Amino acid sequence: MTAFMTTFGIWLSAFFTISIFSFLYKDNPLYKFSEQVFVGLSAAYWLVNIIYSIMIPNLFSKLIGDFSGNLILLIPAALGVMMLMRVHPATQWISRYPIAIMIGTTAGISMLRYMKSDILNQVTATMINPFAAESTSAVIGNLLLIIGTLCGVFFFYFSKKQEGIYKAPSKLGIWFLMVSFGATFGYTVMARISLLIGRLEFLLGDWLHLIK
Amino acid sequence: MEDGVSGYTMMAYDLIENTAAGEVVLISFDYDPSTMTEIQPMAEAQIEHAFKLNQKIVATALWPMGVQMAEQAFNKVLLDYPDKVDGTDYVNLGYKVGGMVTIQAMGRSLPDVYPTDQGGTPYAEIPMLQGIRRLKDLAWISSLSSGTPGLKEWVMVARDSYGVPVTGGCTAISAPGFFPYVNEQRQLHGLLGGLKAASEYESLIGRIGPATIKMDAQSVAHMLILLFIAIGNIKAHLIRRRKAQ
Repeated sequence: MTAFMTTFGIWLSAFFTISIFSFLYKDNPLYKFSEQVFVGLSAAYWLVNIIYSIMIPNLFSKLIGDFSGNLILLIPAALGVMMLMRVHPATQWISRYPIAIMIGTTAGISMLRYMKSDILNQVTATMINPFAAESTSAVIGNLLLIIGTLCGVFFFYFSKKQEGIYKAPSKLGIWFLMVSFGATFGYTVMARISLLIGRLEFLLGDWLHLIK
Repeated sequence: MEDGVSGYTMMAYDLIENTAAGEVVLISFDYDPSTMTEIQPMAEAQIEHAFKLNQKIVATALWPMGVQMAEQAFNKVLLDYPDKVDGTDYVNLGYKVGGMVTIQAMGRSLPDVYPTDQGGTPYAEIPMLQGIRRLKDLAWISSLSSGTPGLKEWVMVARDSYGVPVTGGCTAISAPGFFPYVNEQRQLHGLLGGLKAASEYESLIGRIGPATIKMDAQSVAHMLILLFIAIGNIKAHLIRRRKAQ
């Protein structure tokens, strides 16, 4: 039975892979079917996952096991129910309260961490002595890091018209931005090709056994 | 530096290489099958590297399917390391929801977040976790990540709040967004970005793995793309010249 299910799974997987690839030719019913199955399965998977991984162990099991000892859990449970009120137009306003609490809590937790990791530590990492590096290439790299950061930030300074002396760093900033966009695009291409290789490896290897 | 290996990969390798035998380390499987072509080879290579150096691995997951990804990676590497024992040399603690909040809680108490491992063994009865109470007790953390929650959350909490060295791997698409964290502040100890970095890591540990094999196809595809770009540009140039005449 296990062997049959494995084979059935591989054929099913091959069918959906080819159906999705068929969009390269043109939009067609097979592609639409696969897309909708994917969306439906994903939604169902997450629903089941939330029930079994979050709600049962963190709420229901604890309340059933020791109700009086876990009374505090009734607060998130009530907030969850209030969130569901959104589906009914007459009670929609109730859902604003849990949403407000959620956004406020997330902002509070994240703000300090983002401030430290994405601003303070990043700025500190740029405040270096560029000439203290061991090799010439590292010195050049450090100089590029400092110049690129300053010019890149300056490009987004719109309080003064970028002409005359202000034009040069702004132009340089564009160049640094373009190089970084180019590198990002290159990495994106590499990632997409990797995904394609993965799928082709599955089709030619696991499914058709043409490659090992 | 070894030929053809980027500085980012080398830093990640050095962090693991310079960790003493017997130390407990953590690999977080924060991805699912959609990106396993790129990230699974990194997982296998890092597990093999840590096993080779007799480091003990704790596997966790911030993504639900990360648990299966971890199982697959361990099962594959264990074929070459049959003497490694579950609970003594490695343990899979499973998936926890919550992302950043969960990592924060792990920084305070690991047993509170993971009362049992994936198989149901209580935390206190797992031999390799005796003496490991919080994130600070780990030698290094690696997050293999293809989105949120993932590597960024580990940097923000485990590295920037608790001071534990963090390295990781991600898809090539996300790599440029993580490179700024590999800086003087050592927010990230190196980074494996995409299949190319995975193949570099495999070459550093002397393994001909899935990434190395796939890089041949990757290189051919890149050459083809370059060729098409060149043909397109020549064609556009010719059309412009014809119009000018």
